[in-house]
Amino acid sequence: MLVVNGIDTYYGLSHILFGVSITVNRGEVVGLLGRNGAGKSTTMRSIMGLTPPKEGSISFNNEDITGRKPYQLFRKGIAYVPDDRRVFADLSVDDNLEIVFRGGPGWDKERVYGLFPALGDIKTRRAGNLSGGEQQMLTIARGLMGGPKLLLLDEPTEGLAPLIVRELEGQILKLRDAGISILLSEQNVRSALKMISRAYVIDNGRIRFEGTVEELEADVEVKKKYLMV
Amino acid sequence: MDAVYSIIPAGVFSQVFVGLSRTTILFIVASGLTLILGVLRIPNVAHGSLYMIGAFTAFSVTKLTGGGSEGFWLALVIAPLAVACISLIAERGMFQFLYEREHLMLLLLTFAISLIFGDLVKLVWGSEYKSVPVPHMFQGFVPLFGGLPFPLYNLFLLAAGPVVAILLWLLTNKTKMGKIARAAAVDREMVGAVGINVSRVFAIVFVIGCYLAGLGGVLVAPTVSVTLGMDHNLIMEAFLIVIMGGLGNIWGALLGALIFGLTQSLGILIWPKFGIIFPYLAVVAVLLFRPTGLLKSTW
Repeated sequence: MLVVNGIDTYYGLSHILFGVSITVNRGEVVGLLGRNGAGKSTTMRSIMGLTPPKEGSISFNNEDITGRKPYQLFRKGIAYVPDDRRVFADLSVDDNLEIVFRGGPGWDKERVYGLFPALGDIKTRRAGNLSGGEQQMLTIARGLMGGPKLLLLDEPTEGLAPLIVRELEGQILKLRDAGISILLSEQNVRSALKMISRAYVIDNGRIRFEGTVEELEADVEVKKKYLMV
Repeated sequence: MDAVYSIIPAGVFSQVFVGLSRTTILFIVASGLTLILGVLRIPNVAHGSLYMIGAFTAFSVTKLTGGGSEGFWLALVIAPLAVACISLIAERGMFQFLYEREHLMLLLLTFAISLIFGDLVKLVWGSEYKSVPVPHMFQGFVPLFGGLPFPLYNLFLLAAGPVVAILLWLLTNKTKMGKIARAAAVDREMVGAVGINVSRVFAIVFVIGCYLAGLGGVLVAPTVSVTLGMDHNLIMEAFLIVIMGGLGNIWGALLGALIFGLTQSLGILIWPKFGIIFPYLAVVAVLLFRPTGLLKSTW
């Protein structure tokens, strides 16, 4: 479904990603694991077209999407949930959902509030005044409004209390069951392993490992060297 | 009322009303400027030129229709739209390619455009003073405040200000377009990442902002001589108002325009010769105590 083929991405003059290749198949939750600063967020931003790669190509549903604008990618069914959340702080929860481009049937406010009942209770609250967990739910909910086929989840559990993390894990699995493919970036390996079936390990902008969860569990060296577990 | 006038002279009330009608013009123009500054982050120096073009277009429309008061109402419809069309061409032709550039580049570009527009106005309309007649139903004066005559047209301006303010509030708070614009003012990248073509939103906001400049130009036309250079005076005042109110904040523009209009009109009472310095003193005072403006800036 998503094929990232050897991309090189720069921030200005600094070279961040080196030949990163990632594949996400339909209905899969794939982990992108690595330490802080390893290149996880840059990979996500490259896929979403926010920091377009200088080299390599990206295709989605067999269509070349390299160099497309973020709004075009969203309309094709890719939703991006940034690690710093970035809710539209001045707008209410409801308006955060309302202004999203609607891709067609599938997801509407009712269904989104059904998945995140906590948000339904605070519809009129200003998004900037929500707690971290609520903002995280809102950014995911906002992405869902477009009816995505692929969700790019950048460190969704970062900075959240354990109880909220557990709730969020359940919701992410529900999204997978609803047929949405997910690329999940995480530092928190223990949490990620509960949700993913395959994983890539990234370090210093290069993919250092790819394989199933079982293979990762067995590879003590990779875990120790890149994931510190 | 006579008891009141024995404490505060009627002339003070009259000047307050004069100040408020000036506030209307300042608010309408400054709200457009601040809208563009807040959402697109363009410090549009050419905003004053569009105001001037609005006034000159109003002159032409009233002249072509025989100089009667129907002409003014027609101008009130046509001139802001003409200004909006010009701004749409400028936005699609130039600005849309420059949003990622630094502010200095945009400032220089809009400054260049303001010079070009100034010369174009001179070519089209010449450099003589023009006047636009006050529409028939608002000609004359009404006795207000102890019988002091007050121009009827200024009362019309006093009513126009709140109407524009309410329409702007509805636009930014109740329409999807307005909500998108408010979100884009703070985080345009993320607005793009939820499927919105930000470039198109910017074009619409830019045109609405410039429409307001044109509207201000038409409304002011019957009260002043329409002339070259009216753009420079106004753009200075409008920028000061926007900075005083908080960049990008429409209510800040309203507050700033009130302060500016009232200090101007009351300053004349206090010190007739140098009344013009009071608004600037107010700006200095505001910025000393609130350097980022009175209300919350979107920057």
